[in-house]
Amino acid sequence: MIQTSDLSYCYPGSAALHFADVEVAQGSVLLLSGPSGCGKSTWLALVAGLVTPAAGSLTVAGQPLAKLRGVAADAWRATTIGFLPQKLHLSAALTVTQNLAMAQWAAGQAQDLARIAATLQALGVAELGQRKPAQLSGGQAQRVALARAVLLKPKVILADEPTASLDDEAAAAAVGLLLQTAHQQGATLVIATHDARVAPLVPAGANGQAGYTALKLSRQTVAL
Amino acid sequence: MKTIALSWRYLWSRPLGAALNLLLLSLGLASITFLLLVSFQLNRAFDKDLAGIDLVVGAKGSPMQLILCGVFHLDVPAGNIPLKAVQALQKNPMVASVIPLSLGDNLRGYRIVGSSPAYITHYGAVLAQGRMWDAPMQVVLGSIVAKKLGLQVGNTFIGSHGLGAGGHLHGDNPYLVVGILQASASVIDRLIVTDTASVWKVHEDYTAVDDADRSIMEAEREVTLALIQYKTPLAAMSFPRLVNTSTEMQAAAPALEISRLLHMLGIGTDVLRAFAAVLLLTAGLSVFIALWTAVRERRSDLALLRMLGAPPARIAALLMGEALWLGVMSAILGVAAGQGMGLLIGWMLQLDNSLLIGGLAWPLELLWVPALACGISLAAALLPALGAYRVSVLELLQSR
Repeated sequence: MIQTSDLSYCYPGSAALHFADVEVAQGSVLLLSGPSGCGKSTWLALVAGLVTPAAGSLTVAGQPLAKLRGVAADAWRATTIGFLPQKLHLSAALTVTQNLAMAQWAAGQAQDLARIAATLQALGVAELGQRKPAQLSGGQAQRVALARAVLLKPKVILADEPTASLDDEAAAAAVGLLLQTAHQQGATLVIATHDARVAPLVPAGANGQAGYTALKLSRQTVAL
Repeated sequence: MKTIALSWRYLWSRPLGAALNLLLLSLGLASITFLLLVSFQLNRAFDKDLAGIDLVVGAKGSPMQLILCGVFHLDVPAGNIPLKAVQALQKNPMVASVIPLSLGDNLRGYRIVGSSPAYITHYGAVLAQGRMWDAPMQVVLGSIVAKKLGLQVGNTFIGSHGLGAGGHLHGDNPYLVVGILQASASVIDRLIVTDTASVWKVHEDYTAVDDADRSIMEAEREVTLALIQYKTPLAAMSFPRLVNTSTEMQAAAPALEISRLLHMLGIGTDVLRAFAAVLLLTAGLSVFIALWTAVRERRSDLALLRMLGAPPARIAALLMGEALWLGVMSAILGVAAGQGMGLLIGWMLQLDNSLLIGGLAWPLELLWVPALACGISLAAALLPALGAYRVSVLELLQSR
C-alpha cells in the first residue's frame, strides 16, 4: 500500500518538485511514467525512505514515512522495500549466492543459505548459485537481481526501468516475471518507466478496467 | 555474511593491488621490526657484558678502545700495565673487587684470557662439564668456543701468539681443557679462560734466556687490564681521576663510553629509522589510493547496499575491514620477515665471532609493529570510509 498527499521535495538551491496524489492498494500495480528528468528517481527515493519530503504526507506499507529517519529508515527499507535497479548492480567480486547474501548482510540478518536457494529456485535460476555475474546472460542476471530484491519478502517492489534496452520479447518476459513474482509475494509493484510497451503488458482487471494505477509525471517548469 | 568476511572478499577481488599493498606495508614493518630487534639485542648484550663493571683500568690510550678490548673483546689492547700497580689499586678503600685480565694469545681466533676464577663467577657462568682450573696451563672453555672448535674436556691444544689466528705457536706449553661452561649469552661464551699465571708462564718460557732473566721478568710481571667494581657509587666521582692523574694507567668508565658509542651508532640507526618511516608512509599512501579508487569504482555497489538497507556505518565498516585485513596480514608478514633478517645477521655474525646479536627475540617493544600496521592502514582508510559513508543513493537512481 502506497498513499501520498500533497507530496513535494526540494533540492537544495532549486524550486520544489510537486507530485500528484496517489493511492495504491497492497498487492496491486503502479506504473510511474514520464520523460527523463521529471522526478521519477526522486519519487522512488521518497517512497524508499532515502530522502524526506519537504511537505505532504507519505505512507508506505502502513508506515508513515515522515517520522522515519536514519538507521530506523534503513532497517525499515531493508525489510519492506525490494529494489530492482536498471543496471542490476550485481557485485562482480561475488557469486550469485553471495550477491543475494549481501541483502541479508545489508539488513543486518544472519546468512540464510536455505532461503537464498529457495528464492533462486522460485525464479528458476537455482543452478546458477555458484556463478559470477559475468558468467550470466542478460535474462539470467535480471532474474538474479529480482531474486535479491524479493529475498527478504518485501511488501513493496520498486523496479526502475526494467525493460530498458530489451527487445519486445524480452521486455514482455521481464514484465511478466515481475508481475508474477509480486503476485506470489502479495507485494505492491511499482514500475518506473518511460517505455510505452510496458502498460499494455499488464493484464486488465476482472471488470475490464486497467490492471494498474497510473502516475504520470511531467517535466515541471521551474518557477523563479 | 559477516562484515569482516565480506571485506576479505572485496580486498581480494583486486588480487594484484592487494598483494602489492601488502608487500609495501610488510617491507616497511619488516625494517622497523629488524631495527627494534637489533637495538634490543645490542642493548641486552651491552647490559649483560657491562653488568657490575664500574671501571676498566689499562694502559694509556683511547678509553673506547680499552672498553671494547677489555669488556667486549672486540678490539686489541693498547699495552700492558704492571701487576704491582693493579695490586695497589686493590688496596684503595673505594674498590670492592679487582679482576685482572691478561690477553696475548689465541686459539684459532678465540682469545685466551688469563684471569682469576672471579671473572667466571662475575658473569654467572656455570660449568657444564669438568671442573675449574687448579694449576697454570689448565683452561675452561666458553660454550661457543667448545662448540665451534669441537674441543672436549681432556683435550690439549697449543695457543698461538697475538689476538688473531696465525701467530707464533707456543709449542712448548700446551693447554689442557679441564672444563666447559654453559651458554650464558655473555662475552664469556666466546672466550678461553685460564689462570693469569698461565699467560706469564707461556711468555716467560718463550723469552727468558736463563734463570736470572726469568727472575727479573717475575718481578716485572704485567697484566693487560683490570675490571674494577666500586664499594660505593660515589667512587665514580673521584676514583677515575685518581687513576688518570696519579698513575701511568688509564681509567675508562664503561657506562660513559658505551653511551658515547651508542650516540655515534645512533646517527646510523636514525637514518635507517627514517628510511623505514618513509617506506611506511609510502605504504600508507598506497593503501589510501587503493581504497580511494575502490570506493570510486564501487560507488554504485555501495549505493546499492544502502538501497538494500545497510546503514552508512556498516558501509564504512566494510572499507575499514579491508584496511584492517591489510594491517593484520602485513604485521604478521613484517614481523616474520624482520625476525628472518635477525636470524640471518645472527648467523653471519656468529661466523665472525663478534657481538652476540641476531637470532629470534621477542621484546615487548615488538608490540609496536602490529599497532603501527593497524594504525597506518586504518588511518589510510579513514577518508575513503568517509566517502563510502556519504555515498548517495539518489545518484544511483539518477544514473541512467
